[in-house]
Amino acid sequence: MGITMTEAAASRVKTFIEKRGKGVGLRLGVKTMGCSGMGYVIEFADEVDEQDEVFEFHNVKVIVDPKSLIYLDGTEVDFTREGLNEGFKFNNPNEKDSCGCGESFTV
Amino acid sequence: MALLQISEPGMTSAPHQHRLAAGIDLGTTHSLVATVRSGSADTLADSQQQHLLPSVVHYSKDRPPLVGLEALAKANKDPLNTLASVKRLMGRGQNDLATIDGHLPYQFAETDSSVPRIQTVAGAVSAIEVSAEILKALRQRAEDSLGDILSGVVITVPAYFDDAQREATRDAAKLANLTVYRLINEPTAAAIAYGLDQQTSGTIAVYDLGGGTFDISILRLSKGVFEVLSTGGNSALGGDDFDYAIAEWILQQLPNAVADDQALLRQCLTLARQAKETLSHHETTEITLDHWQGTLSRTNFEALIAPLVKKTLSSCRRALRDAKLNKDEIDDVILVGGSTRVPSVREAVNAFFERTAHSKLDPDKVVAIGAARQADILAGNKPDQEMLLLDVIPLSLGIEMMGGLVDKVIHRNTAIPITRAQEFTTFKDGQTALSIHILQGERETVETNRSLGKFVLHGIPPMVAGAARIKVTFQVDADGLLNVDAQELTTGTRSNIEIKPSYGLTDNEIETMLRSSIDNAQDDVELRSLREQQIEARRTLEALNAAMESDDETLLSEEERQQLYAGHSELAATCKTSEDSEVIKAAIKKLEKSAEFYVERRMNSSVKKAMAGQQINDI
Repeated sequence: MGITMTEAAASRVKTFIEKRGKGVGLRLGVKTMGCSGMGYVIEFADEVDEQDEVFEFHNVKVIVDPKSLIYLDGTEVDFTREGLNEGFKFNNPNEKDSCGCGESFTV
Repeated sequence: MALLQISEPGMTSAPHQHRLAAGIDLGTTHSLVATVRSGSADTLADSQQQHLLPSVVHYSKDRPPLVGLEALAKANKDPLNTLASVKRLMGRGQNDLATIDGHLPYQFAETDSSVPRIQTVAGAVSAIEVSAEILKALRQRAEDSLGDILSGVVITVPAYFDDAQREATRDAAKLANLTVYRLINEPTAAAIAYGLDQQTSGTIAVYDLGGGTFDISILRLSKGVFEVLSTGGNSALGGDDFDYAIAEWILQQLPNAVADDQALLRQCLTLARQAKETLSHHETTEITLDHWQGTLSRTNFEALIAPLVKKTLSSCRRALRDAKLNKDEIDDVILVGGSTRVPSVREAVNAFFERTAHSKLDPDKVVAIGAARQADILAGNKPDQEMLLLDVIPLSLGIEMMGGLVDKVIHRNTAIPITRAQEFTTFKDGQTALSIHILQGERETVETNRSLGKFVLHGIPPMVAGAARIKVTFQVDADGLLNVDAQELTTGTRSNIEIKPSYGLTDNEIETMLRSSIDNAQDDVELRSLREQQIEARRTLEALNAAMESDDETLLSEEERQQLYAGHSELAATCKTSEDSEVIKAAIKKLEKSAEFYVERRMNSSVKKAMAGQQINDI
């Protein structure tokens, strides 16, 4: 089981953590919420819990709790630009359906 | 799929529940919008990678107004319909037009309204409507960049903006369909951008040299509250004047320049701006115009602008003096505004304050960035409320009392938001209405303060003077806007007013008002005690009159009655002629003494009346 992160995403995360001035890495997860059932969590991580899985890409620690990992297995996190908007994108093979805007999804 | 941003731990919002917030620097020459994404604040660019939006709006007959660079491009061809620098008009009344510094090359429409309106082909527009167009363009840019609707914004205003100017800014935001979390002062935003709000205390000087205006503000930070100690500057001095200085130099060098050649002047100004920007990074620059070629060195340029820089420093000196501070009491100096990129400006400021000014952030963006950080917190995107930034009111707010005195309800430099209530009462027997007159300023009397508004509380039940209890509540919200509510406590009747003053005060006027309160402190105290004694005398006379009218003949003999009337007239006369509070006080005492027997008799008689026909056990 695992997830991956593109170099573009990793370098952005690194910059953001540096600018924030603290944080051990990036926490990814899923939460039940939204119109299609689940939503992604993407937060700065200030600590790592015992049961967390920790991945490392291009010198950035990515922390995922085991429950979320089931839904995120095989996901690639990318950083992209769409018009004026830019942000992180989850390419998740487990996603069967997502709401129109793609902010929430089902597996 | 949607693009996501990194949240603070535990602050991930549900889909479609984003609290997108932005900070807006609504400037005289340029405006910017910034936001916090993935924890870092930055300004947002348009599709051409431009961050600065020229604060220019062009109106035409049959198409929606153009904003920004597109509008600026029309300035030469269609100057009357291309509106720039309208910030100078925000919150100003017709009567203020003459006092505004800097040339406003517009045709003002004839109108009955107190707000000046500029004539364009699309009709007459007010500064508020023009600003709303700029805000709409920024909102559009932010929503395109964030991919969702903005939930709220923080807009910055100059520290010296008064209630009217702030209210006008809020109105513009309302027209642009923006929710304003808060208006904050530009220097305060700059201090936040540099993270100075994280310190516990400090004194900060913000040197803001923009395109057309110069502002110096001295702030004091204590316990998360920024207090504006003093402001100063020059609303007609900025980087554009540097361009003019160079342009004039070029014109002097030209062998056969014709005076008043507008096209040539414009050409020179464009070259001048380029030369100025080059000289920030190079020692010399070549200027070519037609067949003429010249070299401008940085030293030459510095000599050209030296008088202008010197002017800004004397404003700094004045601001320090107003804040009653020495240079060495300033902890931090912040540079704001594109013109602070000029090396000699930086050096002059550093030398003046004897320390290195903060200049790490882009001086054009620093205010918008600070506003964005504040907006992010107000939107609730930060975990533990790291700061709840507060501002203070610049001038005391009070209410008119009998005799033209002002009773201050909220004192100046009180942190806002704030609510303060004070109880007042009626002056005359049977008084059923109370006029509430709200004033701003530091002096003791109505004439010497600024009137903000008036309203009347009706429906007070008739009672003897002094028995009614009227609670007047002053509420100043986070933007410095005032709401006054009056309530008669026995019946609950209430009335209120929201203060939207029609005319603004300039920073100079605020300064003058503050200074005059200090200069006239002694006179004011004397005047106050005189007025107080005059009121006291009138109250005594009023009470005696009322008593004598209501009593039947039995309590007083004709002789006693005449004696009291004589005393009454004597006090009334003293009150009218004397300017000495002690004399009036003595006269009141004298009348009170001579009426003592009467007061006693009245007491006895009313006690008798009350007890008549009652059993001793019932009492």
